[in-house]
Amino acid sequence: MAKRIVIDPITRIEGHLRLEVEVQGGKVTDAYSSGTMVRGFEIILKGRDPRDAWAFCERACGVCTTVHALASVRTVEDALDIVVPPNAELIRNLMFCAQYMQDHVVHFYHLHALDWVDVVSALKADPAKTSEIARSISRWPKSSPNYFADVQKRLASFVQSGQLGIFANAYWGHPAFKLPPEVNLLGTAHYLEALEWQKEMVKVHTIFGGKNPHPNYLVGGVPCPINIDDSNALNSERLSYVKSILDEGKTFVEQVYIPDLMAIASFYKDWGAVGGGLSNYLAYGDLPMNGIRDPGKFKFPRGVILDRDLSKVHEVDGKNPQQIQEFIAHSWYEYAGGDAAGKHPWDGETKFNFTGPKPPYDQLSVEGKYSWLKTPRWNGKPMEVGPLARLLVAYAGGREDVKEVVDGALKKLNVPVTALFSTLGRTAARGLETLLIARWAQEFYASLIANIKNGDSRTHNGEKWDPAAWPREARGVGLSEAPRGALAHWIVIKDGKIDNYQLVVPSTWNASPRDGAGQRSSYEAALLGTPVADPEQPLEILRTIHSFDPCIACAVHVYDEKGRSVARFTTF
Amino acid sequence: MDDEKKPTVWESAQARGVSRRDFIRACTWMTASLGLASSSTAQVVKALETKPRLPVVWFHFQECTCCSESFIRSSHPLVTEIVMDKISLDYTETLQAAAGKQAEEALHRTMRKYKGEYLMLVEGAVPLADDGVYCCIGGRSALDIVQEAGRDAKALIAWGSCASNGCIQAAHPNPTGATPVHKIVTGKPVINVPGCPPIAEVMTGTVVHLLAFDRVPQLDGLGRPKAFYSRRVHDTCYRRPNYDAGLFVNSFDDENARRGYCLYQMGCRGPVTYNACGVMRWNNGVSYPIQSGHGCIGCSEAKFWDNGPFYRHLASFPGFGIETTADKVGAVAAVATAAGIAAHAITTNIRKRKIIKEGIETSEDMGGSAASKGGE
Repeated sequence: MAKRIVIDPITRIEGHLRLEVEVQGGKVTDAYSSGTMVRGFEIILKGRDPRDAWAFCERACGVCTTVHALASVRTVEDALDIVVPPNAELIRNLMFCAQYMQDHVVHFYHLHALDWVDVVSALKADPAKTSEIARSISRWPKSSPNYFADVQKRLASFVQSGQLGIFANAYWGHPAFKLPPEVNLLGTAHYLEALEWQKEMVKVHTIFGGKNPHPNYLVGGVPCPINIDDSNALNSERLSYVKSILDEGKTFVEQVYIPDLMAIASFYKDWGAVGGGLSNYLAYGDLPMNGIRDPGKFKFPRGVILDRDLSKVHEVDGKNPQQIQEFIAHSWYEYAGGDAAGKHPWDGETKFNFTGPKPPYDQLSVEGKYSWLKTPRWNGKPMEVGPLARLLVAYAGGREDVKEVVDGALKKLNVPVTALFSTLGRTAARGLETLLIARWAQEFYASLIANIKNGDSRTHNGEKWDPAAWPREARGVGLSEAPRGALAHWIVIKDGKIDNYQLVVPSTWNASPRDGAGQRSSYEAALLGTPVADPEQPLEILRTIHSFDPCIACAVHVYDEKGRSVARFTTF
Repeated sequence: MDDEKKPTVWESAQARGVSRRDFIRACTWMTASLGLASSSTAQVVKALETKPRLPVVWFHFQECTCCSESFIRSSHPLVTEIVMDKISLDYTETLQAAAGKQAEEALHRTMRKYKGEYLMLVEGAVPLADDGVYCCIGGRSALDIVQEAGRDAKALIAWGSCASNGCIQAAHPNPTGATPVHKIVTGKPVINVPGCPPIAEVMTGTVVHLLAFDRVPQLDGLGRPKAFYSRRVHDTCYRRPNYDAGLFVNSFDDENARRGYCLYQMGCRGPVTYNACGVMRWNNGVSYPIQSGHGCIGCSEAKFWDNGPFYRHLASFPGFGIETTADKVGAVAAVATAAGIAAHAITTNIRKRKIIKEGIETSEDMGGSAASKGGE
């Protein structure tokens, strides 16, 4: 008889996620993923000024801040046929790169590492040996025996205080931890270093957008003007500041993140055969080099891979009503035409139908509806989105820079390409794309400087700023890549106001409940077969779930002022 | 483990090899960042020498985690110092190693062991509609959790606009009944630290204030620490002289935008927003929204989402004169420094305007930065 484990809250994520997992014979035999918090964004957006939408949408998530703002301004620009100046595109790209570098590093060290690194074991390490290991894998200067001895001492006094804080009551000593104490000390030291480093990376957002989290965006371009002869705009000092941050960020990624990732992965190669889950991957692509209308010139290409067949990349069209649809068989909603239908976001409807237990509850009734997330599908198929999907689409598309980095990592770990389809592959892909992005950011920066040097300092296209210049009705879609995967917004504008606004976000693809045909989404599929040494200590489950970097707050749904659901809006 | 004496902040700093000199220097920094006179440094030193690490529990409800993200951006003190040396963060869904049952156990252990002593931090609003089904953690409603944990907390801090005033989910029509914490937990000090998110050092500064002085900071009528929320962004804005002189940006990326004129006509909410952005700026003083060319959207004020659209300037709202708006919308009485934008600019500051404009025009050959300072 299978044992049902409930893990709620899933920690070290963004948002509220609950897992109910069946375990039999030391392995996961079934899994149910539930989003347990909703807010009500889309009804709030209705009737507002489309130029304001980015600020509302940005608040969908403060961990992957910026991404919803970017998707939103693109959506409005698509609807109103606005082309942003090249400098604005470059500045958006630089902010995108800074976001990925900060977010992925924080995910690796602060949200994911404690699944692999046993902090308490680090107390037993010989700091001199840790230093030796550190110097063998990287030229990062903070690597002396004394440095690691100090970290160990700090950790020891922390543990001895009896107040373990964020490390309290965790899974230390679990048999699934495989790192020697010295590598655990290295990981712990870099956990602390990365926590101090990440606050520097986001200053790129502060310079261009005034603050982080939640920097400012603007329909038609970016709000920060360029004037190399004024102190109140982007000038040589501000731009040099950006360059320094990008350089230091690249150094950290190259000398700390990637060496740590490879070192830790080398002890967990068996996780290259666990947690594969779905066989289909979707990426909208991003980082335009020739404007958003030329996806062939994106750094991250657009496409779908089916059945892990890397010889073919299928085309994706956000405007095709048949391709992207949302289903609600196991979501707390109902459709007027019956719960079996799929709805394209432009034509979607949402009617609230909470059938879950009244809190407090012990278990959800997973046979019926069990989550606030809807279930998106591409041509009826479940898709994994995220760093792995992005790299696979680029790899299959023959992108040389991506192939070089991916093949290099596979060779270094001495694992086959099929190891990518796994928990480890997902975690590795995130690191490898960070390395690529750190390099691409340098190119974007150089292009920005070249543009300015050539006399182009435009950052905003204001031709259609005035709603009087808009058509009476317009529809748009904005495709993007958030750190956690494919992200898209859809808008309908009528008479200068938002008539309908919808978002289908990465964690909806990955964390959603199964569809009416019983097809699991990414989390539920990936957990199947995950080993569980001790059902009371679900460390292995956390590994696979964290490999997706869950981000659930975007699960926002719609009600009208009387508490009834509103039929015309779909949700994420 | 439970019976061991908790080391003081100074003891744990010592244990990790911090010298006395560095410790005092850190205290001096902290004193300065709290906006206190340097004579208060000794008090901060004494407090941190003698205080054990404060047990802290951090809840997440209807939110986006931008407050947690902002918190970890703190430069002084660093978040590693806060978490390792100053407080004991015993429950936090964002950073905690343990999950599920183990996380809940850690929470309840702290609530039992430090009954009446722990600090409760809340990030997010609490949905009250429909039995609280819109936010459940561990199968319990957010309301249930807040009431239980709030009962035995020493004090609460409501992080960000969500917990302080409801923020985005409470914007019209507030479909889930999102409610700020101070309306649920009564009879305890609740410190509101609004903003979307608040500035990192405002967050850590509020915690340090509690630790160092063992008292709740002075609060304004809306429960906000006066140290950070007693001034309008407008009054501390480095672009204020342009406003006084009637020099405005008229459209994004126009010539005036490139000269850093006032963003009031672009909808800036600085005149109705109480926050420290103009004083402390963001991410260790790098910039703030206005400096980077976008108006303030007023994210620390209650109902700011409904005080839009963002790009419509305040005077174009019927019945809203800029200075009276500030007094009406902000709860703290503002000192009205000017009568009205046009009259003020023309009659009082015509000279200043001339200096700013002519200064720029005459100094283009050498770069404009010296000129714009000429106006001050």
